[in-house]
Amino acid sequence: MAADHDHHGSELSDTQLRVRALETVLTEKGYIDPAALDLIVETYETKVGPHNGARVIARAWHDPAFKRALLEDGSKAVRTMGHESRVGDHLIVVENTPHLHNMVVCTLCSCYPWEVLGLPPVWYKSAPYRSRAVKDPRGVLADFGVKLPNETQIRVWDSTSENRYMVLPMRPAGTEGWSEERLAKLVTRDCMIGTGLAREPQEIA
Amino acid sequence: MDGIHDMGGMDGFGKVEPEPNEPPFHEPWEGRVLAMQRAMSYAGGWYIDMSRYAQERLPPPVYLTATYYQRWALAMERNVIERGLADAAELAAGHALRPGKSLKRKLTPAIVGEGMTRGSFYRQAQGPASFKAGDRVRAKNIHPPTHTRLPRYVRGHVGVIDLVHGCHAFPDTVALDQGDKPQWLYTVVFDGRELWGPDTDPTLKISVDAFEPYLEPA
Repeated sequence: MAADHDHHGSELSDTQLRVRALETVLTEKGYIDPAALDLIVETYETKVGPHNGARVIARAWHDPAFKRALLEDGSKAVRTMGHESRVGDHLIVVENTPHLHNMVVCTLCSCYPWEVLGLPPVWYKSAPYRSRAVKDPRGVLADFGVKLPNETQIRVWDSTSENRYMVLPMRPAGTEGWSEERLAKLVTRDCMIGTGLAREPQEIA
Repeated sequence: MDGIHDMGGMDGFGKVEPEPNEPPFHEPWEGRVLAMQRAMSYAGGWYIDMSRYAQERLPPPVYLTATYYQRWALAMERNVIERGLADAAELAAGHALRPGKSLKRKLTPAIVGEGMTRGSFYRQAQGPASFKAGDRVRAKNIHPPTHTRLPRYVRGHVGVIDLVHGCHAFPDTVALDQGDKPQWLYTVVFDGRELWGPDTDPTLKISVDAFEPYLEPA
């Protein structure tokens, strides 16, 4: 399975065989139930994703009391929303303002608030992001086509414990009076990681 | 350990390349790997820091060229063998050759949600916190040869305690199966110039979550 890219495709089948062998052994040993595995895969493919986080952000934009509660204790506030994958004890939500932009990374592995954002994208787990986010976040933002004012403070949160960080992006102008449901359409995965900004109203018109 | 996994601040890996409309899994086996990890964690086969440590011990060329879920699978094979849950001959044969060990519980379809909820890492404090918000601290210049969550790029540098998170299980001992050894956990924020030198963007601040044994007063 290890990483010999000269094998023109045999690498993948070797991986498939090894993963199948592992699952068979663990099943025959009585440690795991493949039917439970099926349900886990299905949950990640169909139920848990950035749409969960988008609902949280939209509610925070819409309801000042919820926003205060979310910034005070992310886990507790999100638990009131009844997500498919219940949030653990350690969710921390950090707020972007006109003066401060937050960005989340895990330089050591791939820690990510999967209860609210689903599985992390490949780029989040990749060496380019993990190496550069803490040293050149503006360069990373440029890779995403995002340019912030030079005077905006940038805070990078390296997820080196079991705390999980999610960014509360700034609410776009021109959305006064919008419903939560409509606001949620403006919330992208990347804006909750801090590598993007929320969509502008005209982008979803 | 000072391994290839500790990537913060390294140069040369190139641009970040997002994939439009990325699926949750690129191949069906990736989903099986993730689900097995969840099920084995629930069963008590190993702790998450043992998974991380197993990945950190992969040879650097493998770590850099394997895909993400290949690394998980390799780490899982290692944990299965090191924890005595199966042996290499069984993995090679693709079948159990002996009965399994008794694990504390099993994830079944009826309770699958429990296997997808993160447990709490809070633990009973063993003593008062040494630091409070606003204190200046130095990340110790330490290089343990085993698992640690103190990245190299902050070691020896001075920051400020930003948040106090209570007491958490200590990854450095959990990874070695030496117990939770609860420790106070802090978010420590560093000025970009302290970490990367005077030419650094003055608007940059970087924080890490640091356990009390990683820190000293500054």
